[in-house]
Amino acid sequence: MSTLKVLIRKEVLQFKRNTFLPKLVVVFPVMMMLVLPWVTTMDVRHVNVSVVDNDHSTFSTRLINRIAANDYFTLQSVTTSFDLSMQQLEDGEVDAILEIPKDYEKSFVTGNLKKVNVSANSVNSIKGSLGNQYLVQTLSGAINEMRNSNAPVKNGELIAIQNRYNPTLEYRNFMIPGLLVMLLIIITGFLPALNFVGEKEAGTIEQINVTPVSRFSFTLAKLIVYWVAGLIVLTLALLVIWLVYGLTSVGSILIIYVAAFLFILVISGFGLIASNLSSTMQQAIFFMFFFVMVFMLMSGLFTPTESMPKWAEYLTYILPPRYFVSTMRAVFLKGATLYDMRYNFYALAVFAIVMNLGAALTYRKQS
Amino acid sequence: MSNNDYIIDVKDLTKKFGTFTAVDHITFSVKRGEIFGFLGANGAGKTTAMRMLCGLSYPTSGSGTVAGFDVTKEGEKIKRHIGYMSQRFSLYEDLTVMENMELFGGIYGVKSKDLKERASDLLEKLNFVEERDTMVGSLPLGWKQKLAFAVATLHRPEIVFLDEPTGGVDPITRRQFWEMIYQASSEGTTIFVTTHYMDEAEYCHRVSMMVDGQIKALDTPANLKKQYNAASIDEMFRILARGAKRGD
Repeated sequence: MSTLKVLIRKEVLQFKRNTFLPKLVVVFPVMMMLVLPWVTTMDVRHVNVSVVDNDHSTFSTRLINRIAANDYFTLQSVTTSFDLSMQQLEDGEVDAILEIPKDYEKSFVTGNLKKVNVSANSVNSIKGSLGNQYLVQTLSGAINEMRNSNAPVKNGELIAIQNRYNPTLEYRNFMIPGLLVMLLIIITGFLPALNFVGEKEAGTIEQINVTPVSRFSFTLAKLIVYWVAGLIVLTLALLVIWLVYGLTSVGSILIIYVAAFLFILVISGFGLIASNLSSTMQQAIFFMFFFVMVFMLMSGLFTPTESMPKWAEYLTYILPPRYFVSTMRAVFLKGATLYDMRYNFYALAVFAIVMNLGAALTYRKQS
Repeated sequence: MSNNDYIIDVKDLTKKFGTFTAVDHITFSVKRGEIFGFLGANGAGKTTAMRMLCGLSYPTSGSGTVAGFDVTKEGEKIKRHIGYMSQRFSLYEDLTVMENMELFGGIYGVKSKDLKERASDLLEKLNFVEERDTMVGSLPLGWKQKLAFAVATLHRPEIVFLDEPTGGVDPITRRQFWEMIYQASSEGTTIFVTTHYMDEAEYCHRVSMMVDGQIKALDTPANLKKQYNAASIDEMFRILARGAKRGD
């Protein structure tokens, strides 16, 4: 048997005998893909609204009905005084208040339109501003409807909106490719690092270091196991996405796998560097956590890199997950081709070489 | 050099960690086929010295050869010719007895046929035949140590380094262990062993005594006893270790 084969056999045996790892590889991607796409959403829904109706007209009733029927709102209360609604906002029962002034419908007819007051709790700035906008949109919709019924022909204000690549505007579809990246970072970044430090803690690395085994074969044998684990995890996750959300890649699945494999090379190499520089599990975990936090928050996983301050946006260019996140989204949602994504692939390949070279250089059999 | 009578030949070997000199200019030689006892109190620098000889640690200064290869530059070549059993049990506890043998045999490039033969031979000698497929982690300590020795000699190294192989082992197992050492020695393997049991030191052909990183005495047990006018190696140890600043 060749040395590499012997070493791979050892890693596989140890992996299988671990009471935790084989379960992790199956349960983790399935649970993550079943739960997280529902919750990592920036869609603002169910904004709790209180309407102060000082008008008591046909129009105000119609407006209230419109709000009640809209999925974005939950009509909490209809009151007769702003103070009453404000109290509810302060108690946190209500997110936004719409105050319809007295004689609003009348001002409609006279043409001297009164102002409607919209107040929103903007502690959560996205929810506040979107809640405001939704309310204003609903209001203008109601006003238009009113006008149309009075003057049926109204030209020139029609806009056709087409949402390309994500026609239903599901935030979930945007998040799923990102969550796949997160999954691979955790499985193929942390596990090899912990395995390696585990050998340091158990002292078994000493017995290995005193043999003539090459650093390269020893490391490669470990990595191969986690590469395979990573691809299994990815496959399971893709299956769940397809079965549960009906979402499949628009682009070639092969490109997804090639990109994922390159990324696995990068992140497992990174994990090895972390383990080589650490002498205990604790050190390795904190080392990894620090970078994984940066990876997750700065790679465009949740927030677009383009919206970051310029200095931060430049910084993202040295973060490998950035290239993988954008590749995954482009291929998965838009059907980008290998050629379209070539620069991302070049970047990932360079990172793969750098990380694994770094891993080889930081592993020392002799100190 | 490999035809030389000396399998270990080092001069002024030194290891410093920052300002602390763990091993301080040690010079000594070990003959082929010898059982060499490497004695010293805790913290005297035995393990550090041994790690340098095994290519696990670079000497800060000094020179020398192990199995004919330079300890400062040819660590990986040395590793092909030695066996090593560390102070702390370091075989894989989640692999079986046989799997550990196959792993280390494979790493040293022992052919599968030879490996099978040697493994079953060793298992028989150790009365381990029934434990062939037992997880190493569930073996008692004495058995683990015997297995570690068997694995360290599986590839028939020219020299085997044993770092306190009998620490925490019961007297019967200790005795069996020394029988294994003698057997390996009679087959031509050089034994380099550290121990805290002074009765074991008497079994060695020659012993050295390390105090505060330096070798203070080196000779056959009989000559040393004569030289220090001591009734036993144990007494000689006390005389020499009394002046130690390090250790407990």
